[in-house]
Amino acid sequence: MKNKVFSTFDEAVKDFQDDSVFMSPGFGNVGVPRNLLSAVNRQGAKGLTGISNNAGALGDSIDVGTLIQAKQVKKMICAFTAPTHPSQVTPFVEMYNNDELDAELVPQGTMAERIRAAAAGIGGFYTPTSVGTELAEGKEHREINGRMHVLEFPLHADYALIKAYRADTFGNLQFRLAGRNFNPIMAMAAKTTIVEVEKEIVEVGQLDPDQIHVSGVYVNRIVLIPEDGIFY
Amino acid sequence: MAEKVKLNRQTMCDRLAMEFQDGWIVNLGVGMPTLCSNYKDDSRELIYHSENGVIGYGPIAEEGHEDKHLVNAGGQNVIAIPGMAIVHHADSFMLIRGGMIDVTVMGAYEVAQNGDFANWRIPTRKGGGIGGAMDLAACAQRVYIAMEHTTRDGKPRLLKQCALPVTAPGVVKLVSTDLGLFEIGTDGFILKEHAPGWSVEEIQELTEAKITADPNLCEVKTRDNQSSNQGSGRHYVV
Repeated sequence: MKNKVFSTFDEAVKDFQDDSVFMSPGFGNVGVPRNLLSAVNRQGAKGLTGISNNAGALGDSIDVGTLIQAKQVKKMICAFTAPTHPSQVTPFVEMYNNDELDAELVPQGTMAERIRAAAAGIGGFYTPTSVGTELAEGKEHREINGRMHVLEFPLHADYALIKAYRADTFGNLQFRLAGRNFNPIMAMAAKTTIVEVEKEIVEVGQLDPDQIHVSGVYVNRIVLIPEDGIFY
Repeated sequence: MAEKVKLNRQTMCDRLAMEFQDGWIVNLGVGMPTLCSNYKDDSRELIYHSENGVIGYGPIAEEGHEDKHLVNAGGQNVIAIPGMAIVHHADSFMLIRGGMIDVTVMGAYEVAQNGDFANWRIPTRKGGGIGGAMDLAACAQRVYIAMEHTTRDGKPRLLKQCALPVTAPGVVKLVSTDLGLFEIGTDGFILKEHAPGWSVEEIQELTEAKITADPNLCEVKTRDNQSSNQGSGRHYVV
């Protein structure tokens, strides 16, 4: 089977296009593709649209906020566009408040399902989430089984930057515990899926087929995090 | 009358946690609601769900025993316990929208007498923070709120109608504040239990919506008094 292993992160994101849409998973500092985000930062693509649960955490860790701070991002689609405490001013919050970038606020479950819908080839879905709130204004409503729903559309991307725990050379992926989060659905929803691997990349045939979380058919490029890379 | 006391946050959350029933799948919001998990009752088994796809996690990990791959919704490292299962984010919200969550406890800025509540956006600030709150609020079997009774400058939070943008309409069943426990019925807020030393009139003064005193009104049940309390039975919303 095709060997998709790249030796460096820079090589794996070399052709990252300006004005493209990328997905970046992670939840609470787990499962964040920090090495790939760092490489995209070095590569310098601009005008990007990011799809991620949040728009970067406080502090010095590399995350989506690194690309935002470097003015590589024109728009974020995420579940948080304001901090839970006004004191938490991230680069995103500062730039968003100054109208230096655009954002679309999406309930987390709707975001996850929109990503899944893109992966699944579904043209849209009706959800009861957000009915009766500002976010439902202007959206198509439909009563189904006596309950009001709103129509939501899939979220597609050009790239998914993924963090896996273990992979084989074909790109079959395993995740560990809460590191799974958005990773599998994003890996399956993008045109080009690039993966950083935390633990090891094994030969094809060494992963138990019943224990594979994402099939390698979705994966284009994989890189093992080197000893001096970023693990958490 | 006893000395007037405002309840602390742990006591407010304990009171809601006393309502949880054996076998319930529980989702606790970030911040104050996580205190609900500190209330221990060995007669029941609860399954804690976190929206990042962790079903059945254990207590917060002690320092030195953290597994960096395992966090709850607040990003705190928690302990894996037997029976825990992991799913991806879309499946985690499938569980939420599918109605599997028996109760979610959240904080709020405001709760209205019709069960509306607001906790995601303050219009004077740009943007909002939704996270999983709208999915949970719309689809959990029960929404309980833990919040201070008034704002820092003393304005009521239990209102006739929400002034802030709502998170979900008409879903709140039970509100625990530092002044008491309120059920939301068809006629609005029913004061079921009051903080020590507070009269119905004194609580009404700090409440915009009209509150009705339950015929079996009693002092708020706490870890210390719950067995001796002669109130109207333990569970209000089943």
